[in-house]
Amino acid sequence: MKLRSILLAALLGTAAAGAFAQAKEQFFPLLSYRTGPYAPNGTPWANGKQDYLKMINARDGGINGVKLTFEECETGYATDRGVECYERLKSHAGVTLFDPQATGITFALTEKVPTDKIPLITLGYGLSVSQDGNAFKWNFPIMGSYWTGADIIMQHIAKKEGGWDKLKGKKIALVYHDSPFGKEPIPLLQERATMHGFKLDLIPVTAPGVEQKAAWLQVRQMRPDYVLLWGWGVMNSTALKEAQATGYPRDKMYGVWWAGAEPDVKDVGDGAKGYNALALNTSGQQPKVMQDILKYVHDKGQGTGPKDEVGSVLYTRGVIIQMLGVEAVRRAQERFGKGKVMTGEQVRWGLENLALDQKRLDQLGFAGVLRPISTSCSDHMGSTWARIHTWDGSKWNFSSDWYQADEQIIKPMVKTGAEKYLADKKMQRRDPADCQS
Amino acid sequence: MIYRENGQFKTSYRADQQIFAIVQDRWAIAALLALAFFVVPALASDYFFRAILIPFLIMALAALGVNVLVGYCGQISLGSGAFMAVGAYGAYNFFVRIPNMPLVPAILLGGLCATAFGILFGLPSLRVKGLYLAVATLAAQFFSDWMFLRIKWFTNDSSSGSVSVNNLQVFGLPVESAQAKYWFCLAFLCVLALAAKNMVRGAIGREWMAIRDMDVAAAVIGIRPMYAKLTAFAVSSFIIGVAGALWAFVYLGAWEPAAFSVELSFRLLFMVIIGGLGSIMGAFFGAAFIVVLPIFLNQFLPALVASVGLSISTAGVSHAESMIFGALIVWFLVVEPHGLARLWSTGKQKLRLWPFPH
Repeated sequence: MKLRSILLAALLGTAAAGAFAQAKEQFFPLLSYRTGPYAPNGTPWANGKQDYLKMINARDGGINGVKLTFEECETGYATDRGVECYERLKSHAGVTLFDPQATGITFALTEKVPTDKIPLITLGYGLSVSQDGNAFKWNFPIMGSYWTGADIIMQHIAKKEGGWDKLKGKKIALVYHDSPFGKEPIPLLQERATMHGFKLDLIPVTAPGVEQKAAWLQVRQMRPDYVLLWGWGVMNSTALKEAQATGYPRDKMYGVWWAGAEPDVKDVGDGAKGYNALALNTSGQQPKVMQDILKYVHDKGQGTGPKDEVGSVLYTRGVIIQMLGVEAVRRAQERFGKGKVMTGEQVRWGLENLALDQKRLDQLGFAGVLRPISTSCSDHMGSTWARIHTWDGSKWNFSSDWYQADEQIIKPMVKTGAEKYLADKKMQRRDPADCQS
Repeated sequence: MIYRENGQFKTSYRADQQIFAIVQDRWAIAALLALAFFVVPALASDYFFRAILIPFLIMALAALGVNVLVGYCGQISLGSGAFMAVGAYGAYNFFVRIPNMPLVPAILLGGLCATAFGILFGLPSLRVKGLYLAVATLAAQFFSDWMFLRIKWFTNDSSSGSVSVNNLQVFGLPVESAQAKYWFCLAFLCVLALAAKNMVRGAIGREWMAIRDMDVAAAVIGIRPMYAKLTAFAVSSFIIGVAGALWAFVYLGAWEPAAFSVELSFRLLFMVIIGGLGSIMGAFFGAAFIVVLPIFLNQFLPALVASVGLSISTAGVSHAESMIFGALIVWFLVVEPHGLARLWSTGKQKLRLWPFPH
């Protein structure tokens, strides 16, 4: 008991110390993982998120004079630690939004944010049905979900084959991380499989994905025409190495956008040549925003992580996520008062009314990095565009034009999914008046 | 010294058989319960409830269950995470499939599902023991991982395998606020801890301990090994199952099978070993050590480093946390292999003799 009371007292002390030091500051809680099996991918992502905030502070002095602060909390991709981090950071004054960086944590927080009134931004991951803003008031899967991603890969494959009808009788295997993250695309792929008559083989890989011998033995037996890779962290590079060992052609492999960054292919080197993956954004240090980050943050010695990692695929994604958060605050300030600290509810309105057209993106220094985004009360995604990029052994090159997910297929799925969610939870759809709140 | 039993005479068997034979202990426990039920809820912050106290209470309950099996009956189990998962998914299915199912019966039924599962996977214990049994129970872990990932019925046909609950209430009172959740878990913990304590003091507990100490000798004096071992599995997995249901319903809210992975089984085993095998109090110490210490280190280290004018990265804190935590485990086990509970009782013994130690 003695030990426990000492621990409790000390914990209370640290918690109290954190509660002071509050001024006009917009606080960004940063959930991240820099350790564990997903660290190689989690680290550049977390670095990008931090550097963008530092750059906005250094270059613009914050948002209309409101300084941005942040605190990182290590989750290790574990749901229970993620929940602890959320509980720790949510009560901080001026808390803006959460980016959980993990599908499992997103699921747990989805149940918690409505009571705490803090928005969740899950760019390119999370719950696919949460695109429906009328049912999921606090979730924002901006720029795409696993359903849009899977649809775009299938569109690309169909185009390569010369039309949807050419897919009939083909075999497509989904090698996926055996978790909600990996299973999310399955309903859409099944839908497409029944529509076009291709055979879908599901090959699960136990998390974290270092042991894939059995999965690739199955691939070797089935000889699928295409392999879709739904992996994250060490699973991706392992899969590519196994594909090389199995002799499966890498140019027939298509990864999701979480399986298409530098850490996934670098170790495999030439063995990954020809491997394709979805791309939500560009990479490289040419965009103005990266130049600004280098100039205002890294050149002053305040950068997070190595300088040559600035502009890598996942780093850029982290920057985009943070840009959306910052723009949501800016948008909210336009309505609720410039130069004020926005509450979670006000930021949610901002996220729901983002209007980032090409001109605005150019101003922000994101020219060419992503497509324009405009969200609304019912559409919490804003944009479903993505491209395919291919690894040439040393860098990623775009190998397709932009695709947009087929709303004809996804809309009804989102609607039924959201209806089921609401029915399970005995909840009501938001009424139109709620959109203005 | 005040902690002394001089002058406390027991004149009946009843008085002699109390859980806390010394008056001071009874007062201390009463004070502790009053503190836990009334003072803490008035003082603690929201973060403290939701991130520290609630996980601590639930993990203490789970460790209690593991302690019945591993500490009292000597059946080493690495399948505790699976029993928690069965409790959680069992309770979930009762909760969502039966209209207007009340929360408390759903959780208890989840515990009963875990009981059945525990007995099933306890059957190998009749033939194998020690490390062999540990490996056999590992099968329970992998089986439950497989079952909840693959069989869609258990997850109510959720496409991603993740399930969630909301709108928890007991007798019409919502279990939403941090205090309500805390009281809810605390009530479960107190009732089950008392039941477990009485069981291990009673005939059944003595049978478990006889089996643990030497199963052949126990069989010779008339203890049925099958009955003793399977009841230990049943009681233990019921408690662990209830803890699993609480972990899922009250703490996480939404969960996937990975929340009950083999890593959780290991953590539970560490809790009873560090807390003290074969002691009810050990479960509390162990849970506090395993649950609270990493979180404490995670917040204390940056503050400590900042106080000397340096800064430490998130990854650095995380690595340091693992290192210090590991070192502390080794240190504790070297200094006191019987766990924190033994340290506590040694301290008590010394106090009773103070100031004339012998």
